[in-house]
Amino acid sequence: MFLQTLLETLRDVAPILLLLAFFKLFVLRGSVVNPMRILRGFAYVIVGMVLFLLGLEEAIFPLGELMAKQLTDPQFLGIGDHEAEWHHFGWVYAFGFLIGLATTLAEPALIAVGLKAERISGGAISAWGLRVAVSIGVAIGVTIGCYRIVTGTDLWLYIIAAYVIVIVQTFWAPRKIIPLAYDSGGVTTSTVTVPLLAALGLGLATSIPGRSPLVDGFGLIAFASVFPVMTVIAYAWCSEWLERRRELDGGEP
Amino acid sequence: MFRPRMDMFRPLAEALRDLLPILGVILFFQLFVLGQPIPNGMRMLYGTLLVLVGLALFVRGLEIGLFPLGESMAQGFVRKGSAPWLLLFSFLLGFATTVAEPSLIAIAKKAAQVAADEGVIAATNEDMTAYALGLRLTVALSVGVAILLGVLRILFNWPLHWCIIAGYMLVVIMTWFAPRSIIGIAYDSGGVTTSTITVPMVTALGVGLASSIRGRNPVLDGFGLIAFASLLPMIFVMLYGLWIMP
Repeated sequence: MFLQTLLETLRDVAPILLLLAFFKLFVLRGSVVNPMRILRGFAYVIVGMVLFLLGLEEAIFPLGELMAKQLTDPQFLGIGDHEAEWHHFGWVYAFGFLIGLATTLAEPALIAVGLKAERISGGAISAWGLRVAVSIGVAIGVTIGCYRIVTGTDLWLYIIAAYVIVIVQTFWAPRKIIPLAYDSGGVTTSTVTVPLLAALGLGLATSIPGRSPLVDGFGLIAFASVFPVMTVIAYAWCSEWLERRRELDGGEP
Repeated sequence: MFRPRMDMFRPLAEALRDLLPILGVILFFQLFVLGQPIPNGMRMLYGTLLVLVGLALFVRGLEIGLFPLGESMAQGFVRKGSAPWLLLFSFLLGFATTVAEPSLIAIAKKAAQVAADEGVIAATNEDMTAYALGLRLTVALSVGVAILLGVLRILFNWPLHWCIIAGYMLVVIMTWFAPRSIIGIAYDSGGVTTSTITVPMVTALGVGLASSIRGRNPVLDGFGLIAFASLLPMIFVMLYGLWIMP
């Protein structure tokens, strides 16, 4: 098990090593600073990836599937086998919302982006405010994503509707915030959150009668990436509006 | 020489911070909402520890190995001033970092298993491995193209929102033609690609590039590469779906 994963990982990391070595040796040619340290870094990366992938199989995937299975169990819901309606699954939505909120608030990449945003906006957008906006976006996204799996509606309907909203918002958004808003969708989904959301979605689609994991199981990650764009632009609107109010009030700080 | 120092433990603390909220929510639900013990408690604990230590080692390794090297090379290419080499490097950087992205590896494997269970592909080990690898290569290729386009955008100063809107249109059009069973994984692949390795490497390239071209704002132009890298995989994976399951 360990050896097989190790071999696969070596194969996966080899392209980056080859790429960097080739360019460093043949194109750029300068000397490498601290080569031993860099080699040690690559050794860490490979061992770390092996342990991480093994751990995912042991804990994160089973946990996600287990939660999905338990929260949709007719016995837990207190209903018969075939009378489940979308509003019986309140705990599923609550779980999705909390997972989205909690994982995003703690996301290190987002903290860095928030600080940068504070700098470019001259303080109009606070780092903390951005983090909250993105986290609420992810939480709403995952919740709606769970609702979609429960009802079995087509994924593309939701995503296209979300895109239309984002495009409309883009035209009215402050120019400076646009790249940041688009990127915030991408950075939210961390290495641990992605597998957990996938397991949750697949688990829900497997245990709710009439859903197919292949068609309905995926999509939670997509929801978690689109909705923050909306909430970040909405947050920029709010902070702009507040600023204008403050100026109208006679320039009080 | 191997000298343990405080900065060895910081990645461990960060990995813990990544995991704790998830474990907290799950434990809360398990104990208070569902009122049930955790099945296979020891195995779960062991797996969680593996994830924790693995993630910490991985991040630390990136910090001392890949990131300094990648950043210095990105700067080297920008200074060299040769556009073709820069573009080739951008493409290969996006491709190589995505092929090695751990969450993509895990998701592709999962997708292959689900596709086999549903009978879309044959349920043999060989076919599943081929499908997972094909998926990963498709996503990696698309991220390579995305970074290339993103660098072109910075060089020619195309407005970002028009590029993104055009990308969205393409996603919508592709959705029309793509087989239903690939749409979910295609949409998800946009979010999967941009995690641990790709984001820092690509941001370093974008910011380095924008700060060396006169009249560009590094913070404004440096962002935006990630947005491309989460759009193109959707389009490419749907094309892959069209190709393997017409």
